[in-house]
Amino acid sequence: MVQTFFSIAVDAFAFGMVLFVITIGMSMTMGLMRVVNLAHGAFAMIGGYVASYAIQALDFGYATALLIAICTTIVVAIPIERLLYRRIYRAPELTQVLMTIGITFCIIGIANYIAGPTLKIIPLPEFLRGPVDLGFRSIAAYKLSAIAIGGGVAIALWFLIERTAFGVYIRATVDNAAMAGSLGVNAKLIYAASFAIAVGLAALGGIVGAQMMPIEPYYALRYMVMFLVVVSIGGAGSIRGALVACLLLGAIDTTGRFFVPEYGEFFSYLAVVVLVSLFPNGLLARAA
Amino acid sequence: MFKPFIGSAAAGGTKWFLRDVFGIGVILSFACVGFVLFPNNLSLLTRIVGIALLVLSLDLITGHCGVATLGQSAVFGAGAYLAGIAAVRWGINDPLLMIAFGAIGGAIVAALSGVIILRGHGLTQLVLSIAIAQMLQQIANKASAYTGGSDGLAGIDPLPIFGLFVINLWGRATYALAIVLVVLVFIFLRILTRSPFGMLCRGIKDDPVRARAMGASVRGTLLKAYVISGAVAGMGGALTAISTQVVGLDSLSFQLSAQSLVMLVLGGAGTLYGALIGAVSFVLFEDFVSAANPFHWLTIVGALLVAVVLFAPKGLYGEAVALADRMKRDRL
Repeated sequence: MVQTFFSIAVDAFAFGMVLFVITIGMSMTMGLMRVVNLAHGAFAMIGGYVASYAIQALDFGYATALLIAICTTIVVAIPIERLLYRRIYRAPELTQVLMTIGITFCIIGIANYIAGPTLKIIPLPEFLRGPVDLGFRSIAAYKLSAIAIGGGVAIALWFLIERTAFGVYIRATVDNAAMAGSLGVNAKLIYAASFAIAVGLAALGGIVGAQMMPIEPYYALRYMVMFLVVVSIGGAGSIRGALVACLLLGAIDTTGRFFVPEYGEFFSYLAVVVLVSLFPNGLLARAA
Repeated sequence: MFKPFIGSAAAGGTKWFLRDVFGIGVILSFACVGFVLFPNNLSLLTRIVGIALLVLSLDLITGHCGVATLGQSAVFGAGAYLAGIAAVRWGINDPLLMIAFGAIGGAIVAALSGVIILRGHGLTQLVLSIAIAQMLQQIANKASAYTGGSDGLAGIDPLPIFGLFVINLWGRATYALAIVLVVLVFIFLRILTRSPFGMLCRGIKDDPVRARAMGASVRGTLLKAYVISGAVAGMGGALTAISTQVVGLDSLSFQLSAQSLVMLVLGGAGTLYGALIGAVSFVLFEDFVSAANPFHWLTIVGALLVAVVLFAPKGLYGEAVALADRMKRDRL
């Protein structure tokens, strides 16, 4: 009993943390640029594809492949931000949803054209394969690493936004873009940089979470709803909110799957309806 | 900024009446052209009509009322399933009764889910509509004693229409039923959107605060519109159930909701004609391209969607009307 509870808790925690790494970027762009980026998962998928290719076909190590994948995803995303996203910042939600669904469809089609419809594996390095003995229990090492990476991302982002000059510019632009601009903050540069960070985090999450969310062309569509739900429950642009939302949804999803698998995702969506109705602005939203 | 609530469509007494008669004539002649061109593929044309009813219902709630929803398949699927359950489990096989059941199913689900969805705005509204449609899909999957679960609800065997016109593999009777249904619904929606109620809907879309200040009940009006929209989509679902004689879980899917929104935007939201044009061109084109390669189809739809949002935000019909207006003004 204790054993089961513990293993569910670890699974839920690891899943929630992966969810956090992927979605925090989406939450950031929503808080900063006011754009609902449904194509965010597609960038996570691109990261996964590149990492898989770099490890399996080019024989790079895991860490190198991770870096290559993140950089490639950012390089792919920057022109898209410049040409497409910049036109829909602060547009009505429905316009943004349509445009980003369109981008997602395109990326799915192209990914299938290049890589084929099969599942892509990202082999783990030796030190992440086995279990880790914690003294009283042992945990799969990759789950532990996912938790650690999630925690690291949360702390690093908090530091970036609350403690650095760049973070000051970001917060100023969120609060009043015109005022920040007249004080010499280059909003377009801030937007591009934030978009790059968001996309890079998505790629990181896509690779780290590939064991739980396997990489295939429909990845971007399959998890689209889940990412959107996490962001809207967490509240746009709130790191703490996103963290709480991810852990909560990770817990609900994992326990639901374990105890009542025949009900599928029913309870997850029921929880979503209740949470969104109760907290329409997110659990811990920054006051707008 | 002052925006008059009464659109230009309401001006000019008999002019719009003649224009609508002309519009219905165009719809009917397209129906005949379809019949002549694809006599062996009437089931595809009937499917288009079913989808067109879904997109019309979405136009009412999104295009006219400004409610953002990515869960319209919930009401479409509810109509399809209730019509199918009536036929298979309760022995109600009359096609017209099945369509009535579809309308009731869509309306009930719209009334129940509308209470929740209409509480939200923008993103919250989108997420709520998605979540409710997904919940409904899970319920349909689980209640397999009624719905057949993931195998689908098979064995729908409709009786002849009026006891005269047999529904068979050729699908001529179903196609005729579909065309009559869509024309009647179109006329009804046209009258509805021109009525004071329709103007109130557009007023709420433009400025809900002012509509409330005028003394209108915003949520009550939207809920009524949503129930009507649910009934229309439910009829589309029932029609599809009659035509294909099977109801699957995909009729409640997120993909269907997203696609119907794509069709609406492609054709032009808020005009009803745009909804029809979007549904017809999208499904025909899809049938054409995805027969070759479904993934190329996805790439093309994606690119098309981005292009429409960037370059033709009013949709095909809206841009055509704008172009015609501009040419008319240039001539004067």
